Amino acid sequence: MANWPVLSVAIFLPLVGAVFIAALRTETEAVKRNARWVALWTTLVTFAVSLVLVWEFDPSSPEFQFVEKRPWLAGTINYQVGVDGISLPFVILTTALMPLCILASWKSIQWRVKEYMIAFLVLETMMVGTFAALDIVVFYLFFEGGLIPMFLIIGVWGGPRRVYASFKFFLYTLLGSVLMLLAIIAMYGEAGTTDIRVLLEHDFPRSLQTWAWLAFFASFAVKMPMWPVHTWLPDAHVEAPTAGSVILAAILLKMGGYGFLRFSLPMFPDASVDFAPLIFTLSVIAIVYTSLVALVQEDIKKLIAYSSVAHMGFVTMGIFAGNQQGIAGAVFQMISHGIISGALFLCVGVVYDRMHTRQIAAYGGLVNRMPMFAAIFMVFTMANVGLPGTSGFIGEFLTLLGAFKVNTLVAVCATLGIILSAAYALWLYRKVVFGPLEKPSLAAIGDVERREIVIFTPLLVLAVLFGVYPKPVLDMSAVSIAGLVSEYGGPLQAAKAAMLGQ
Amino acid sequence: MNPAVEVPDLAPALPEIVLAVGALFLLMVGAFRGNGATGFISGLAVVLLAAAGVLIAMMPPGTATTFGGSFVVDDYARFFKVLALIGSATAIILSSEFMGEPERRRFEYPVLIVLATTGMLMLISAADLIALYLGFELMSLSLYVVAAIDRDRVRSTEAGLKYFVLGALSSGMLLYGASLIYGATGTVSFAGIAAAASEGGLPLTFGLVFLFAGLCFKVSAVPFHMWTPDVYEGAPTPVTAFFAAAPKVAAIAVFVRVSVTAFPTIVPQWQQIVVFVAIASMALGSFAAIGQHNIKRLMAYSSIGHMGFALIGLAAGTTEGVQGVIVYMTIYLAMTLGTFACIIAMRRDDGPVEEIKDLAGLARSKPGMAFFLAMMLFSLAGIPPLAGFFAKFYVFLAAVNAGLYTLAVIGVLTSVVGAYYYLLIIKTMYFDEPAPALAPMRFELSAVLTVTGLFVLLFFVYPAPLVDAAAAAAKSLY
Repeated sequence: MANWPVLSVAIFLPLVGAVFIAALRTETEAVKRNARWVALWTTLVTFAVSLVLVWEFDPSSPEFQFVEKRPWLAGTINYQVGVDGISLPFVILTTALMPLCILASWKSIQWRVKEYMIAFLVLETMMVGTFAALDIVVFYLFFEGGLIPMFLIIGVWGGPRRVYASFKFFLYTLLGSVLMLLAIIAMYGEAGTTDIRVLLEHDFPRSLQTWAWLAFFASFAVKMPMWPVHTWLPDAHVEAPTAGSVILAAILLKMGGYGFLRFSLPMFPDASVDFAPLIFTLSVIAIVYTSLVALVQEDIKKLIAYSSVAHMGFVTMGIFAGNQQGIAGAVFQMISHGIISGALFLCVGVVYDRMHTRQIAAYGGLVNRMPMFAAIFMVFTMANVGLPGTSGFIGEFLTLLGAFKVNTLVAVCATLGIILSAAYALWLYRKVVFGPLEKPSLAAIGDVERREIVIFTPLLVLAVLFGVYPKPVLDMSAVSIAGLVSEYGGPLQAAKAAMLGQ
Repeated sequence: MNPAVEVPDLAPALPEIVLAVGALFLLMVGAFRGNGATGFISGLAVVLLAAAGVLIAMMPPGTATTFGGSFVVDDYARFFKVLALIGSATAIILSSEFMGEPERRRFEYPVLIVLATTGMLMLISAADLIALYLGFELMSLSLYVVAAIDRDRVRSTEAGLKYFVLGALSSGMLLYGASLIYGATGTVSFAGIAAAASEGGLPLTFGLVFLFAGLCFKVSAVPFHMWTPDVYEGAPTPVTAFFAAAPKVAAIAVFVRVSVTAFPTIVPQWQQIVVFVAIASMALGSFAAIGQHNIKRLMAYSSIGHMGFALIGLAAGTTEGVQGVIVYMTIYLAMTLGTFACIIAMRRDDGPVEEIKDLAGLARSKPGMAFFLAMMLFSLAGIPPLAGFFAKFYVFLAAVNAGLYTLAVIGVLTSVVGAYYYLLIIKTMYFDEPAPALAPMRFELSAVLTVTGLFVLLFFVYPAPLVDAAAAAAKSLY
């Protein structure tokens, strides 16, 4: 173990960068450049620090590692952070994507650059903190704190309907979360502590489990987002600037899934068993219905947003299957979707920066002018479809496997979603990339430049690497998931026995 | 034959005495030197309030009573007195520009604030119904005059008159309630009432209802809130800042003390009143504010809503709840003063402006002010990690632990509704095209804004001292 607080450094380093940028005065070209570089270096160093976590992490232990504890609020609420095999992949995903987001905003953000970079750095602190928190109040603080920078990112640098989208995003998420806050307080009252590690061991009474599960569900279902509370997502995605969409799709959505894994499943196992059919139903509806909705979209970002909702449906299905394959698949799917959807939004950003429109109809025949872009976009489209050999396949396959073991009907319906996803993704790709280059506005469009290649390379490598060799992610989380499954297995078996006994 | 009347121990009441004597002294200075000395007197008034604060801080720990048990000084009283003094002193500082204009200069203004503050301190320490009433009247009568201080403006005069008429009505109700309680229990001291109230009875309940009606008026809780938007809008902005801060703190303090020390044996009887008032205040505060265009009116509804949240802690009726109220009021004070520093700074060359749309594009013309105001508003909405979240956290904690689930659920839902109108202001500042720039912010306003802004922003780093102090203060009530 390192003898310095690695995790806290990873959490708060971006904040230091933000303070540094805030200290810069005026908004000249030089200051803008400095703000960009400071933000890039801060995120890169944070990423390096988080690699120390990977290096020193012991994947054979189900315990939380790098635990730090300091007295904070009076009484039993402490500042406590730590990671296990489930949260570490998300921490890495966050720190790895941030430098790419900063790079992606290098040229497209020319206005209020300082504030933009500050908002992103603050957001990074909040996201890493959410995944690393080991105290449920600290978790809530980070979970909700991310709303403020994201609200500003969408509202200040967003598209024409940014005000509507930012309000919808903020109020939807807040409404779900305040109910969770009450559940957190009720758990505190019941167990007398807010330490997540103690709460994981605590047996909550059945009635509290039901209510608390519903309250957490309100928050995480909105965040995921699950059908029918997903409607904020297409709006937020469409209006947000490119990097904002990337963060939304790649990381903020994962907080919901992470929350289900960290809280709902292990802390309220009985309620989770009770409500699993509800989750399955909503997941299948999400997978099939939003895939159909994606088919008729005219806006590229909106199409990808609906596809995100569908892919998150696989995640919730896998989580509540409650077995090793399902949960491992869900974690993998979240990481993989983080890479793929992030990359897809970056692809949209590439053409948007050049043409300033996201209408599918405005494009066509890009392959003629942008062969490199066409190749990159194709890899990610295929990964999004879940083609074997890409990371998208592993996640979908494992979650389906997990679901098959529990409920065949659910799995069959979900498989339908894979076909539909191929339909809309290939349709999009054909419309945008293939065909004759007829639009006069596209005649002078340039291919990806060096900066953009730098952004896409790591994502390409990871999407393919995890497709053929998923072991690093699966190994990292295997032991923690096994622990989760064995704890959850008891109530699951009991419920089955009760059903058979009837 | 009685011996000569014993002189009561004056030490516990020393801060109040200093303030009262000091106010009279300031009045003499003003009378001799005229309105030209307003600035000088304001400065002296701040010094006087600070001196009273130092005296309070230097008092020996523990509980002391005097004047035959009708005046009590404990941790709870000391905590709230310091809050009230901070609120009043800051209000005088915020008024310095307003009082600086030659035609507005009135030396009575700082003197009246000092007198009102004396009333507040008296109120916070009140341990029987007579002392409570005396404190209330000293505070309220000063406030009525302060509301109408800008007497050449119709709106200010109207605000003062409205406040006076309705305030007098509420004082009457309070007094009627007090007399009914005296009739039912045969005593006016809180401890005596507590001892005699265990049997309950109809007259006592009636008295309780009237007493609470009077108290609700002073904290501007629904359904006795009608005066608030008009007075807030009509009074000069620095006066509104004063109204929103210190008197609210004092009124909530005495509300809690009366409920907890005089009626601990009939908790269910007053709990239902407080629950109803809290729910109604939160709901009205959040829904009615949505349609407002005038930022002072909006803040009036916002303060009604916040009083509702603070009363959640009282409704819980536990030590934890009282602790929640104390934390809430402390943070509320900082947020209110900071927000009003911004509202006072809203002026162009041709005078003050009060519409929300005047803030449009502030993030570009005045990034610092816009940032701190945005933090204040996010904090008022209760978004973590800002201080306002902790305020709400503690009252909800108390409510849930006391089993008031419905109240807590309604509370968090209305807080989401409330977030909407705070977001509207932030949207105006950050997303909209700039309106004509506001005049530069004066030094004392930006100083107040910076201090309160940093408090709200950085509270989460080291919240323990306030929370611990609040816990100790709450314990001294029980």
